[in-house]
Amino acid sequence: MDFSFSEEQTLLRNTIQSFVQDNYDFDRRREIIQSDEGMSKDNWKQLAELGLLGVPFSENDGGLEFGSVETMIVAEEFGKGLVVEPYIQTVVTCGGFLRRASEAQRQEHLPGLISGDEIWAFAYAEPQGRFNLADIKVSAAKNGDEYTLNGDKCVVSAAPWAHKLIVSARTSGDQSDKNGISLFIVDKSSDGISTRDYKTVDGSMASEVSFENVKLNSSSLIGEEGNAYPLIELVADETIAALCAEAIGAMSVLNETTVEYCKTRKQFGQPIGKFQVLQHRMVDMFMQYEQSVSMTYMVNLKLEEEDLERSKAASGAKVQICNAAKFIGQSAVQLHGGMGMTDELNVGHYFKRLSMIETQLGNADHHLKKYSLAS
Amino acid sequence: MDLNFTKADQEFRDEVRDFIAENFSPENNTGQNIEKYHEVTSDQMKEGILSWHKKLYKKGWIAPHWPVEYGGVDWSITQRYIWDQECANAGTTPLIPFGLTMLGPVIIAFGNDHQKDWVLKGILSGDDWWCQGYSEPGAGSDLASLRTKAERDGDHYIVNGHKIWTTLAQYANWMFCLVRTSSEGKPQEGISFLLIDMNTPGIEVKPIITVDGGHEVNEVFLEDVRVPVENLVGEENMGWTIAKFLLGNERTGIAGVARSKKAIDKLKEIAKSELNNGEPLINDSSFNKKITELEVDLTALEYTELRTLAKESQGEGPGVESSILKIKGTEIQQKISELTLEAIGNYASPYITPLSVRNFGSNYLEVGPEHTQGVAQNYFGMRKTSIYGGSNEIQRNIIAKMVLGL
Amino acid sequence: MDLDFNQEDLDFRNEVKDFIKEFYTQEMKDELARSKNGSASKDLHLKWQKSLYEKGWIAPNWPEEHGGPGFTTTQKYIFETEMAHAGAPRTIPFGLSMVAPVLMEFGTEEQKKKFLPDILSSKVWWCQGYSEPGSGSDLASLQCKAEDKGDHYLVNGTKIWTTLAQHADMIFCLVRTSKTEKPQEGISFLLIDMKSPGIDIRPLITLDQSPAPYQEVNQVFFEDVKVPKENLVGEENKGWTYAKYLLEFERGNSYSPSLYRGIKKLKDIAKDTSIGNDKYLINDIDFVSKLNQCEIEVQALEFVELRIFSALSAGQRVGPESSILKCRGTELQQKIQELSVEAIGYWSSPFVLDTFANINEPSIGPDYAMTITPSYLNGRKTTIYAGSNEIQRNIISKAVLGL
Repeated sequence: MDFSFSEEQTLLRNTIQSFVQDNYDFDRRREIIQSDEGMSKDNWKQLAELGLLGVPFSENDGGLEFGSVETMIVAEEFGKGLVVEPYIQTVVTCGGFLRRASEAQRQEHLPGLISGDEIWAFAYAEPQGRFNLADIKVSAAKNGDEYTLNGDKCVVSAAPWAHKLIVSARTSGDQSDKNGISLFIVDKSSDGISTRDYKTVDGSMASEVSFENVKLNSSSLIGEEGNAYPLIELVADETIAALCAEAIGAMSVLNETTVEYCKTRKQFGQPIGKFQVLQHRMVDMFMQYEQSVSMTYMVNLKLEEEDLERSKAASGAKVQICNAAKFIGQSAVQLHGGMGMTDELNVGHYFKRLSMIETQLGNADHHLKKYSLAS
Repeated sequence: MDLNFTKADQEFRDEVRDFIAENFSPENNTGQNIEKYHEVTSDQMKEGILSWHKKLYKKGWIAPHWPVEYGGVDWSITQRYIWDQECANAGTTPLIPFGLTMLGPVIIAFGNDHQKDWVLKGILSGDDWWCQGYSEPGAGSDLASLRTKAERDGDHYIVNGHKIWTTLAQYANWMFCLVRTSSEGKPQEGISFLLIDMNTPGIEVKPIITVDGGHEVNEVFLEDVRVPVENLVGEENMGWTIAKFLLGNERTGIAGVARSKKAIDKLKEIAKSELNNGEPLINDSSFNKKITELEVDLTALEYTELRTLAKESQGEGPGVESSILKIKGTEIQQKISELTLEAIGNYASPYITPLSVRNFGSNYLEVGPEHTQGVAQNYFGMRKTSIYGGSNEIQRNIIAKMVLGL
Repeated sequence: MDLDFNQEDLDFRNEVKDFIKEFYTQEMKDELARSKNGSASKDLHLKWQKSLYEKGWIAPNWPEEHGGPGFTTTQKYIFETEMAHAGAPRTIPFGLSMVAPVLMEFGTEEQKKKFLPDILSSKVWWCQGYSEPGSGSDLASLQCKAEDKGDHYLVNGTKIWTTLAQHADMIFCLVRTSKTEKPQEGISFLLIDMKSPGIDIRPLITLDQSPAPYQEVNQVFFEDVKVPKENLVGEENKGWTYAKYLLEFERGNSYSPSLYRGIKKLKDIAKDTSIGNDKYLINDIDFVSKLNQCEIEVQALEFVELRIFSALSAGQRVGPESSILKCRGTELQQKIQELSVEAIGYWSSPFVLDTFANINEPSIGPDYAMTITPSYLNGRKTTIYAGSNEIQRNIISKAVLGL
């Protein structure tokens, strides 16, 4: 057992820290998220040049062949900077599927992803399914060497920027069967795809995506037909682990900012940080943060475990992160008083991002149930 | 970073398991065990604790967190983790911390050679039973306001005063004590750390019966108690420094993660056998959710403790972060006792104490299923944990000041 | 002690219901439903207040001599409850419930004559100039200065968090007229025409990002603003007394009727939210138990309110107990908003800048989802404003517990 970071990992952290420092001050970020594009293609290119888009991929595939701890470091530092570029969506989630895809698929798709030429998004959620990854109505009917995709996916994060989508679809079985789910690589420009793009509360973008008789070649199928669910769960857990890391990054900034503010803001002739009731609130924020760091390490170190153990770790971590995100986000606004309510301070922006992380891939209630079933 | 056990660690775990199986029989486990609460008389409890202590002493494992040259064991954090885990799984008798966890490290850091010799030996062998003379009726959270006075008289101190909440002082033959040796300057600056033989004339121990009906704590009255000057630890008036050092050590052990895990297992067992609308309580979604939340919280604490231990093994700390362990550890322990109380429903109310057993005979015990016994007492008793060892409010003050810089 | 209404009360309730049915039109409902922060266009509010004015119900708390309806305590309760249940627009409080009671108590006859009728008819829209960038919870430390220039004051300074100042014709302001040992003793209460030269309003965009002119709060700058002496309320340097008097009114309103409405809306959402397998969120016991917990706490608050109402109708004054209402009311409101965000799942994420525009464009996800996250974000203010909940707890610990 060991909780220290290697020299190489520290170096990686420094690289990302300077990227964030150079490209992501508050005003610059505001410009990026208010632009029509909603993200910075320059930043994306730069991430590619730094090799960061290749973190989890094997050297054979042109990647750095790093593990989950490195991904955690990247996500944590991005969380500190509230980076909106779709790293987790493209590299962790879609990359998670692709690095387990066939040799041919990897050769076809990974170079474009790693070079930054192509952004990817995972279309899984459907309006009726809430957080159940197996509740899928989008259908892929097989006909000879071809599939026909029909149905709607909702709130597909990063889809407005994406060139390629990975879509979960039903090839057989009933609406919420775990069997009969397949994964497809879909070119977003294919005929029959229509999207409605929009901004999200936390400064990112998403789309409603409709498929109407979209024709897919069978070479776009990832893995075996009908057996994709275990892989979806695995990649969802990996994504949760990265989201947790992003969250602790954001929490650490909120905590530091709040403590700093309470040291300087004076009311009743003294810094408000001298009031015990506020001190204890900040201590509780700090403890929630430390507990979240612990759970984030835990889940990232357990991603290689067998399914049940891994999924329990991911759910446990998500529960802790959801609770802490809510408490820290709300408290940071409260302790900043009216200023915390304004769009001008970064506090609200971190609060919004943390609030959205709560929901992504299932909220606390959802994961408490999963955790309990895995116990 | 990784979580894996090496082959050596796995072998160590087997060795620990074997040792516990050979040397610890649950029947002898009478110390602080909820299930057996009603059967425990004072002397049995003392015996139970000492018998386990002596077996560990013989094996050389009695003080894993001490440096090897003083009789400690050279365990890695993983090994310490394994040890705690296995002890909790087997439900071994908790050892008394006053000598091993509290005084031992103080003597190692501040004691002179003579003290290192006799004090540490007595702690390791279990021949000396130490208690802690800190709090006073007027000095609780504000410990530095203590007034028990030690006046120099030749090669003795004459100690007069009144200590309170002295845990298991009824068994102790020694007490380490904070006393006032000077009233000048800040209150912290006039405190000294004294070792006092409990058999010295002028000491009186009076029991305090707590809300759970148990006799765990006492008041200790000191009247003209003569203490040899050689029993002063460190220098005169540096007692506060020593006390702070000690509190830091006290808090790391206090998380009690492994034992809380065991207590949650127990809670789940109870929830499986208790019925709710004809169904096991564990199937009740609301109750189940509360247990799960607790489990998640405990897992987070477990990894927080491991991170702290890892830092410590690299020579950092235990820092003030250990206050987190105290706060979260005790909150979780209290929550488990609360949910257990909730789980047993109506049988929370029969009031059974060692005293009532003595007065009404053993039939009195048959009220309710066995797993309900002592649960309410334990719930009431656990309330102390967020008060003692520096109340959780004080711990938050410490974090606010030392970590957040407020 | 009893909980029943008599026949007269029941008749009154029907009258209120009928009124709402007639004047709270579908069009108004649709507009208000698109609000992120509880306010709609100035027109809507004026229209609604005008119908209340014509009915004689615009100021339930005013004495009859000034144009109040002479409601009994029970009628006031019924009135408020029905309005909240229907989700009717709130009346903008700054004139009606804030400055008016102060004028009635401390104003000159001339001031009363000049200002009260226009408040009643909503001809003049007021806003409140209290907080400043450096004076939040510690209001008495305010710096905005009014210098005596013979027949007028010269006002210089900045006010912040000025709600709906963009619509206001008048502002009532706390200003410093003297530098005294105790900061409370040098404060005066001034009425200032918003059209005076030297006043500049800057919108403050809050977390919910309601764009101007729908922003909720503003910063108001005063640069050499001339205010006639006759606009001073009461005596110079006694403003703090009047401010405290006013604060009691600000905190004295009841929360439970609108909280019940929030819970009802939340239940409707839970009934409409699929959780897969042909089940709905309302079937999810974990969610429902949180909802029930909330409802029980609202009921506890309701009965605190009823006890206060009953004390009021017995002629007793509401003291610091009203701080309990502020704390629990706002915290429960936030909890309901939080559960609403949780309920809508992924639909909490899409962001719409101007919810009033593009009224014909279909919403992303269900209609009601659009304003839920902004309302949650906006609702964080409630535990900060009007004396933060920390300050309220200080008040309770000092004034009630004697600590």
